[in-house]
Amino acid sequence: MLATTIALNRFGLGARLDERSPTDPKNWLLQQLGRFEPRPQALAQVPARAQVVEQLGDYLAEQRMQGRQKRVQPAAMPSEGSPQQNAADPLRRYLRQSIREDYLAMNSARLEAALTSQSPFVERLVHFWANHFAVSVDKLPVIGLAGLLEFEAIRPHVLGRFQDMLLAVEQHPAMLVYLDQAQSIGPDSQAGQFIAMRGGKQRGLNENLAREIMELHTLGVRTGYSQADVTEFARALTGWTVSGLGRGPAARMIGGTPGQFQFATILHEPGRRTIIGKSYAQSGEEQARAVLLDLASSPATARHLATKLARHFAGDDPPQALVDRLSRAFLASGGDLPTLYRTLIESPEPWSPQPLKFKNPWEWSVSALRAIGLRSLEPMPAAAVLKQLGQPTWQPGSPAGWDDIAASWAGPDALVRRVEVSQRLADRAGSSVDARALAEKLFPDSLSETTRTAIARAESPADGLALLLVSPEFVRR
Amino acid sequence: MLTRRSFIHATGAAGALAALGFPNMAFAGANTTRRFVFIIQRGAADGLSIVAPTGDPAFSGLRGDFAQDSAGGAGLNAFFTLHPALAQTAQLYSAGQALFVHAVASPYRDRSHFDGQNVLETGGSAAYRLKDGWMNRLLGLLPASEAKALALSSTVPMALRGSHEVLSYANSQLPSPSDDLLSRVTSLYANDQQLHALWNAALETRMQAGDPMQGGAGQNGAATGALAAKMLLGEGARIAMIETNGWDTHSAQRGRLNAQLRNLDQLLTSLKSGLGTEWSNTLVVVATEFGRTARPNGTGGTDHGQASAAMLLGGAVSGGKVFADWPGLSNGALYEGRDLRPTMDLDCLIAGALAQHYALDPARVQTALFPESRANPVRQRLIVA
Repeated sequence: MLATTIALNRFGLGARLDERSPTDPKNWLLQQLGRFEPRPQALAQVPARAQVVEQLGDYLAEQRMQGRQKRVQPAAMPSEGSPQQNAADPLRRYLRQSIREDYLAMNSARLEAALTSQSPFVERLVHFWANHFAVSVDKLPVIGLAGLLEFEAIRPHVLGRFQDMLLAVEQHPAMLVYLDQAQSIGPDSQAGQFIAMRGGKQRGLNENLAREIMELHTLGVRTGYSQADVTEFARALTGWTVSGLGRGPAARMIGGTPGQFQFATILHEPGRRTIIGKSYAQSGEEQARAVLLDLASSPATARHLATKLARHFAGDDPPQALVDRLSRAFLASGGDLPTLYRTLIESPEPWSPQPLKFKNPWEWSVSALRAIGLRSLEPMPAAAVLKQLGQPTWQPGSPAGWDDIAASWAGPDALVRRVEVSQRLADRAGSSVDARALAEKLFPDSLSETTRTAIARAESPADGLALLLVSPEFVRR
Repeated sequence: MLTRRSFIHATGAAGALAALGFPNMAFAGANTTRRFVFIIQRGAADGLSIVAPTGDPAFSGLRGDFAQDSAGGAGLNAFFTLHPALAQTAQLYSAGQALFVHAVASPYRDRSHFDGQNVLETGGSAAYRLKDGWMNRLLGLLPASEAKALALSSTVPMALRGSHEVLSYANSQLPSPSDDLLSRVTSLYANDQQLHALWNAALETRMQAGDPMQGGAGQNGAATGALAAKMLLGEGARIAMIETNGWDTHSAQRGRLNAQLRNLDQLLTSLKSGLGTEWSNTLVVVATEFGRTARPNGTGGTDHGQASAAMLLGGAVSGGKVFADWPGLSNGALYEGRDLRPTMDLDCLIAGALAQHYALDPARVQTALFPESRANPVRQRLIVA
C-alpha cells in the first residue's frame, strides 16, 4: 500500500468517493489535529443530557413505586397483561422513548459525523477512546446515555490530556450509572449510618467502577494493585453521583440539574485512604480526583494505553518497539494525547505496506459508505445495520469494550453478512458508482489482479461495487 | 403517420367491450390502457442456447455438449428450437403470444458488461453518451394515463432514469445475495487464505441449514412476476422494468442456464396469470446487453460475445414466429471468428414494437428513444393490429 492509502484507510476512516486524496499523507494526518470539530453539525440535534436523565429518573421512580406497591399489597396487584397495566408500563414507555428518541438518533449522528468529518483520523481516535471507556446499552438505563458519553466526555478531550478525558468519563452519568457508582454509599457516611440505624435493606459500597478504572481504564489487569486497593478506591469514590436519578429526600439534598455530576457529601465515606501504598488525606470530591490523577500518570497506565493504541494501528500483536516509544511519549508529555498521535504518525510500524488489521463491522461500514460517497445510511437505520453486522453501537456487552483483533471479527457468518449489506448498499448506489474506477482510486498501487478482474467481470455495476466492498483489500486496513 | 385519433382506434377494443355490455371495463379507463414490461437479462444471456439454431449445419459441431440441451425443447420452426426450461413460454409461442428475434444486438460492439448495459439502457450509440434511459424518454411520448413507470428494484435502473418521475419498489423479502454474486465472492477470495477458508465454511453452514441464499430481485421468478402484475394492475404503474441477474455463464453453463431460464419461465407465467385479462394489452420485451461466444470455453461455459436472442411476449404480441436474418455459424460467418454476428438492431426492434404497441409514429419513437441511431425501426407486424 502507498503511504496515501495507509493514511486514508489505516489512520483515517477510508477514502471518500468525492474527496481528493492527500498528496502529503503525514502532513494530512498532522493537520487534522488542528481542525477537529468536537461538536460538528452532525451532532447538533442530539437530545440534551438533562432530558435523557429526566426520562431515566421518571422511569426509575415509577419502578420503585411499583416495587413498593408490590411489597405493600401483593394480593391487590393487577394480573399481568391487563390493559391498564400495559398502558402504564413504565419499562415499555421508557424503552420506547430512550431507544427511539435517544439511542437511534445518537447512532445516526455518530455515523454522520464519521462520514462527513474533515478529520477522519481524529474521528477514528474518538471511536478508539469511546471503546476504551466502554459502556454497554444492554444495561437499560444506559440506552440514552451511551452516546452522550462519547459526545460529551470523549470528543472534547480527544486532543487534550488523558487525565482530563479520564475525569470527564468517570464523572459522566453514563459511566456512573453503568458501573453502579451513582448508588454507591460509604458505610460510615451520613446516608450509610442512617440506613444502618433504620436497619434497612443492605445498601452500601459498590466496587464496580473502582475496579474497572484500575483494570480497564488506567493501569491494566494484573499490574500490581490488590483487592484492598480496589476497596479503598471504591471508598474514596463514594459521593460521586448524578443529579436527577432519585426522587426521594436524599435526591432533594443532592440537588442540581438532571444529569449533572454531583458530589454528595452524605454518601461519602469519611477518612484517609491508602491506595497502592500512597495515602490520600483529601476530603470530599478531591480525594478520588487525586487518586485518578495518580492513576492517569502511572507507568502501568502508559504501557496499557500504548499497547492498545499500537494494536489499533500496527497490528493485532503490537510491535514492542512501538509500544515502548508510545509509552515513553505518554510519560514524558504528561499524558498529552496529541503527542501520542504524533509519535504514531512519525513511527515506521504503522506504515507497513501490508494490511495490518481486519476491519471491525463499524470500520467496514463507515469506510464502505465513505467509498460510495454517502453522507448517511438513511433510510436504513444505522443501528440495525450494525447489529446485523455483529457490532451494535455502544453495546459491547462488557466494560472491556470490543476486541481489537481479527479473530473476533473475521468469522464465516460475519463475511456473509458483509456480502448481504454490500449488495444492499450497491443496489442503492446503482450504476452511479463505477466500481472499476473506484477500486483504482481506493487502492492505487495495491489492487490485486484477482479483485480487479472480479470487479470488471461482474455482471452489473451494482455487483461490481458489492464485490469491491467485500474484496480482501477492502475488508482490511 | 399515426395520430392521436388512430391511437384511440388502436385501443378500441375497450369500446367494443363496452358496447357488448361490459360498462365497468369501459369506465375503468386506467384498466384498459396498455402495459409494457422490460425484463433486462444482466450478464449477457446466451442466445444460442435459449433459441437454438438447431437447423444450422454447423450448430451441433460448434456447440458440443451444449447441443444436447435442445433435444427436449420445443421446435419453433424447422430451424430454431426453444430451450426446454422455457416450457410455459413455448406454450405462449403456440398461442401466438411469443415472438423471438435472433442475431440481434445493441450498437455496442465491445465486451464489457457495464458499458454494454449502459448502451442497452440509455439507448445511446456508445457507453455514457446519454445521461437518461430510453424507457424514461418513452414516458414523454405517452398520454399521462400511461406514462407511469415502476422499477421493481430498490433503485431506479439506468433505462428508467431521466426527467420523468418513476417509482421504484422492491419487496423487502427479496434482497439477499444472488447465487451469482456468491459464486463470484468465492473466486474473489480464491487467493486469500484467511477469507477463502472463512467463506467456504460460511457456504457449507448455509447449505446445511437448508438456506440456498436465493431470492435477489428477479431471482425468485414466480414472486417477482406476481409482484409486477399486482403493481401494473394498481393505479401507479403501466410500465415496469424487472432486472434479472445471473446470466454471465462463464462456467457450468448448462445447469446454471437451465435454472435461469426456468426462473424466467416462472416469472413470465406468474406475470401472465397475475395480469389476467390485462395480459391481452401487455407487451413484454426480454433483452440482454450482448451474447456469448459461439463455442463453449474450457470450463463448460461461454465468454462474452456479440449477438444474442430477444423475446417479445404478451397478449398484445403478434407472435408464433421467429425473426432473424440468420448470419450462419460457419467459421467465416462468426464475428471475429468467435461470436454470433449481429444482423438485427435491438434498438430498431424495441422502437418498432413500442410504436406498434402504443400506435405511435415509428420514426418519432426511434428518434426519441434512440436519438443517435440512423437505422429504421422494424416495420414487420410485431403487435396485434
